[in-house]
Amino acid sequence: MIRASRQLLGLGLTLGLGVCPAAAADLRDLYFGEALYHAYQGQYFEALERLDTELAQYHGLDEPALDSLHFHINDAEFSVGDFELNYRMHQRAGRAIKAVLEGAVDEAVRNEAAFRLARIHFQKDQFDSALEALARIEGTVPEEIKDDVEFLRANIYMATGQPSDAVKTLEPLRSDVSLAGFVAYNLGIALLLDGRPQEALAQLDKAGQLAAGDPADLAIRDKSNLVLGTILFESSDFERARQSLDRIRLEGPFSNQALLRAGWADATAEHFDRALVPWNILVDREPTDAAVQEALLAAPHAYASLNLHGRAALMYGRALELYSTQIERVDASIVSIRDGTFLNALDREETRQDKDWVIRLRSLPDAPETYYLMELMASHDFQTALQNYLDLGDLRSKLISWNSSLDAFDDIIRLRGQNYEPLLPEVDAEFRELDSRIRLRLEQRKHLGERLQAMLTAPRPDQLATADEQIAGERIALIETQLGDSDSPEALRLHQRAARLRGAITWSLETEYHERLTAAHVHLNELNEHIDILTRHYDSFVRTRQAAAHSYVGYDTQIERLRQRVGDAQQRVDLLIARQGHMIETVAINQLAARRERLVAQQTQARYAVADSYDRATRAQTDEEGR
Amino acid sequence: MLLNISRVLLVFLLCLGSAPGWVQEVDKQEMRGLDEQVQEIKSDVLSISQELSRLEEKLLYPSGTQIAIFVELATGDQMRLDAVRLQIDGQLVAHYIYSFKELEALRKGGVQRVYVGNVATGDHGLTVLVNGKLGSGADFSHTEQFSFHKDVKPKLVGLTLAGSDSGNKPIVLGEW
Repeated sequence: MIRASRQLLGLGLTLGLGVCPAAAADLRDLYFGEALYHAYQGQYFEALERLDTELAQYHGLDEPALDSLHFHINDAEFSVGDFELNYRMHQRAGRAIKAVLEGAVDEAVRNEAAFRLARIHFQKDQFDSALEALARIEGTVPEEIKDDVEFLRANIYMATGQPSDAVKTLEPLRSDVSLAGFVAYNLGIALLLDGRPQEALAQLDKAGQLAAGDPADLAIRDKSNLVLGTILFESSDFERARQSLDRIRLEGPFSNQALLRAGWADATAEHFDRALVPWNILVDREPTDAAVQEALLAAPHAYASLNLHGRAALMYGRALELYSTQIERVDASIVSIRDGTFLNALDREETRQDKDWVIRLRSLPDAPETYYLMELMASHDFQTALQNYLDLGDLRSKLISWNSSLDAFDDIIRLRGQNYEPLLPEVDAEFRELDSRIRLRLEQRKHLGERLQAMLTAPRPDQLATADEQIAGERIALIETQLGDSDSPEALRLHQRAARLRGAITWSLETEYHERLTAAHVHLNELNEHIDILTRHYDSFVRTRQAAAHSYVGYDTQIERLRQRVGDAQQRVDLLIARQGHMIETVAINQLAARRERLVAQQTQARYAVADSYDRATRAQTDEEGR
Repeated sequence: MLLNISRVLLVFLLCLGSAPGWVQEVDKQEMRGLDEQVQEIKSDVLSISQELSRLEEKLLYPSGTQIAIFVELATGDQMRLDAVRLQIDGQLVAHYIYSFKELEALRKGGVQRVYVGNVATGDHGLTVLVNGKLGSGADFSHTEQFSFHKDVKPKLVGLTLAGSDSGNKPIVLGEW
C-alpha cells in the first residue's frame, strides 16, 4: 500500500516540488554567475565544480565578508544543494542543506532549508527523517513555499499510512491554484485510504471536473476520472462509471485505459453494442499497448455475445495473428537487448539533451524494443538508473580526456624546464650583481634622506655645498696649508684673500641655506620617482623569476597523484558502467518476458476462442439453413 | 456498495497510470547500492576535477598574468546575442557564437567566462564587438574600445551587454 502511494505521489511531486537553481538577482560574484550559467544549461557537473571551488575558497578566507561571494552566500549554499540534487547526488545534497540549516541564517532561510531537506528525505523514502526536517520549520515560512510544505507533509502522511492526517493537511490547500489538480486528486485518494469512500468519490468527481490548461493538470484530471470510473465500475455502478470514463480525453496518457474500462463498464451491464464503440477505437491503436492487446480479445467477445459469431471469429483470427507477430517482436527485442542494442540506442546525445527523450525514443532507429518499454522507461526508477548510466559515460569521457591533459601538462613542464634551465644560472648571476648595486644605491638614498631629515632640526650648511664649492673650499684649505705660519707680507696678503674667499663661500652657504635645503628635498623626491620605478622593475623581475621557476618546478608529485586518482576512478567507472548497464538490460528483459507471458496467454485464449467462434458460426449457419 | 473496496483493488487504483513497479525488492536493494556507488564516484570525480582545474590555472594562467573576461546580459534585455568578439591590444583572443541554450542561460542571469588568458602587468586596450538581433528583428552590431590596467593579481573583467533599443549602454565594462 505504501509503495503504491509513493508511486502516485511521484507525479505530484515532480510538478509541485521541482527544484531549480537560485535566481541571480543583482549578481556581485562573477564565478557564482558562471556556476548558474552552467546550471541553467543543465551542466550540473560543471556548475558544481565551479561553485564547490568558490565555496571552498570563501570558507578558507580569514575575512570572508570582504569576498564578493559573501553577497550571495545563502543562495550559493542552497544552489550547491540544488545542483547536487539535479545531478542525482542526494547524499551530498542532504549534507549541503543540513549545513545551511545548522548555520547562522535567518528564520526564513532556515525554514526553506528544512523544507528542501525534507524533500530530499522523502525522495529517498526516508519518511521519518522527512517529518523531522519539516518539524524544524517554525516562525516565518517564505510565502512561495508555504503550500509546497503542506503538500509535502500530506504526501509523507499518505506514504506512511496516516491518511486522516493527510486529509487534514490537504483540506486547507484546496484553494491553491498552482497545486489545485494534485491537491484535489491526492485528497480523494487520502479519503479513500482513510475508509471514507463516499467522500472520496465526491472529491474525485470534483477533481475530474476541474478546469485545466497545461498538460500536467489535464493528466491529473484524467487520472482522477480513471480512478473514479474504476471504483464505480467495481461497485457495479456502470452508468456513472461510464460517465466518469467518458470525461477522459481521447488523446491523453490515460486514454487507452479509459476506453478499455468504458467498454467493460458497458459489457458488464450487458450493453455489448455500446461496449464495442470504445473497443473498436482501441483495437486500431498502437498494438504494443497492453490495453489495446486486451481489447483485441474483448471486442470479439462482445460480438460473440451479440451472436455475431462470424465477425467474432474474424476478429479472434486477427488477434491471433497480432499476438504471434508481437511475440516474435518481443523475442527479437530480448535478443537485441542481449546484444547491447538497447543500451546503444539509449546512449545518445538526444537522450541527454531532450527532456522529452522518452517520447522521442519511439522514433529512434534500431531500437524496436523501445515500443514495449515506453512505460518502463518513463518510470522514475528506470530513469534514475538510465541517467546514472549516462552520467557514468560522461564521467568516463572526462577521465579519458583528463589523462590526455595530464600528459600535455607533463610535456609543458618538460619543455619549460628545457627552456629555462640553461638560461637561469646566467640570469641569476647577472641579477646578483645588479642586486648588490641596487642595494648600494638604495642605501645611499636612505642615508641622504636621513641627513636631510636631520638638517631640519640641526642646520648643517656645509653639507649643502655644491661640488664646485667643495673643491674651492679644499683648494683654499690647501693654499692655507701651504702658506703655513709664514708672516711675510705676501703670505699675510694671501691669507687675507683666502679668508675672503672662504667667507664668500660661507656667505653663500649661510644665506642660501633654506633654498638649498628645499632644492635638496625636491631633488630627493625626484630621486624617489626613479627609486619607485627601480623598485617596480626589481619586484617585477623577482616575480618573473619566481614565475619561471614555478612554471616547471614542483608539479611532479601532484601530477603523479592526479594520474593515480584518474586511473583509479576510471577503473571504478568502467566497473559501475558494466553493472549499471547489466541492471538496465536485465529489468528490460524481465519486463519483456512478463509481457511475452501475457501475450502467450492471450494467444492461447484467442486460439480456443477462434475455434469456438467458427464452430458457433457454422452451427448458426446450419440452424439458419435448417429453418 | 462502496464499503467493500478491497485492498487489491485499492492498490490497483493507486498504480493506475503510474509506471509499473519493475524492480523487485532484491533488485531494488542492488539498485540503491549501485546508486550510492555512483554518487560516491561522482563526488570523487568532482574532487579530481577541482584539483585539475587548480593545477591547470597554476600552470597555464598564473595569477600574475591571468585575465578572465566574463559576459552577461543586462537584466531583462531581450536582444538575441549572436556573437561576441574580443581583441586585447589589437590581437583577436576570442570569437564566440552563442547557441540557444547558452543565450537562455545568459537571459536567466548566468555569466559566461568567455576568455581566460595571460597579459603582462600594465595598461591594455580591449576591443569588444557584439553582434545580435534586437527585439524588433533588426540586426545589431556594436564595437567599443576600453582600456584596463592589469595589476599583479588576477584580473577579472565583466562585460554587460544590452540591445541598443533597451535604453542601456550596449556594452558596459566592469572590473573586479
